[in-house]
Amino acid sequence: MAQAWNRLIAPLIDENPVTRQILGVCSALAVTTSVNTALMMSVALTVVICLSSVLISLLRHHIPNVIRLIVQITIIASLVIVIDELMQAFAFELSRALSIFVGLIVTNCLVLGRAEAFAMHNPPGRSFMDALGNGLGYSLILLIVGGLRELLGQGSLLGYFIFLPVSEGGWFQPLGLMQLAPSAFFIIGFLIWGIRSYWTRQAEPAKFPLVRERAGS
Amino acid sequence: MTDLLIAAIFQENLALSFFLGICTFLAVSERVETALGLGAAVIVVQSITVPVNALIFQGLLIDGAWRWLGLPDVDLSFLKLIAFIGVIAAMVQILEMTLERYVPVLYRALGIFLPLITVNCAILGGSLFMVERRYEPLEAVVYGFGSGVGWALAIVTFAAIRERLRYSNMPDGVQGLASAFLVTGLMSLGFSAFAGVGP
Repeated sequence: MAQAWNRLIAPLIDENPVTRQILGVCSALAVTTSVNTALMMSVALTVVICLSSVLISLLRHHIPNVIRLIVQITIIASLVIVIDELMQAFAFELSRALSIFVGLIVTNCLVLGRAEAFAMHNPPGRSFMDALGNGLGYSLILLIVGGLRELLGQGSLLGYFIFLPVSEGGWFQPLGLMQLAPSAFFIIGFLIWGIRSYWTRQAEPAKFPLVRERAGS
Repeated sequence: MTDLLIAAIFQENLALSFFLGICTFLAVSERVETALGLGAAVIVVQSITVPVNALIFQGLLIDGAWRWLGLPDVDLSFLKLIAFIGVIAAMVQILEMTLERYVPVLYRALGIFLPLITVNCAILGGSLFMVERRYEPLEAVVYGFGSGVGWALAIVTFAAIRERLRYSNMPDGVQGLASAFLVTGLMSLGFSAFAGVGP
């Protein structure tokens, strides 16, 4: 039980998929202009990764090794189609806003990466915990970035104004840059810097260290 | 057509304004040579898969595509994800075998990057954009080539910047991934200046 619990907790920060394993970064950046889209994407991805991990884990003894990638991608693609259709049926506006990025969950390296690295070698229960943990770790980063971008870019959270912008008669001058592509890179970059300064264990050693000047020379 | 080409390369750069293929972009950009190889492979695969997917979508999947068979109500467009990823995987496999047989030098140079392209979201993203924006087959050819060139341009430039950064003295937390993100952000800011270019 403790081990299963650990599989759920570890991906939140220690092995966070976005900031540590560089998995699933594309969508993490693209859908974070507001909390709404970030939340929707997180839910979609978490559902897909949990179901696909469990399914692949159940089938792991029956999948021939040579064609395992194709089988995994087909399973994931079928799940994504179901989610995509459900979203278009029940949340049409949001699915417009997410544009092609729901479809791109198919090639999200996080889903395929966990299927390949964990679900292929572990029983369904533990695969589910691992998938859920990774899904939540991904969601955590998405919500932080989405929250910052919406708050600073529009002065609102989930559509409710926190800082009343000038256009509504308030005082807050929204930062247009926050709604553009570059800010997502900056926020994740600074986030990683922060995480690695606090948990120094995660910092990468310099590949080409500078030779320190020796005293007296 | 020229407008579309320029827009696909600069203004709507897949990597820097739509964040597609960023995982590979960050992981395979330590050296300019490998970035060049991967960029070339992406251009080739993208120029083939987008037009092929356009033909498949318009010939088989779109609403009403089966009218000539007496099935006017069949709408298979929900199958596009599976169809596209199948085409991409098959194309990559065929390209790999062709290169191995006829151009072994290039095959060895690209080596491990070819299979990686299957799960590069820039490729699938290009095809999905083609559907969303309703490109004609000829436009799809131009868009596929242009978006591939744009992605390759971005990764080669980025790799060149990272090579120069190799000996810079950064704080411990910024070293590696964080610096890569910050540099990409600056590049993306630079590319967003292209938005005003052209008609």
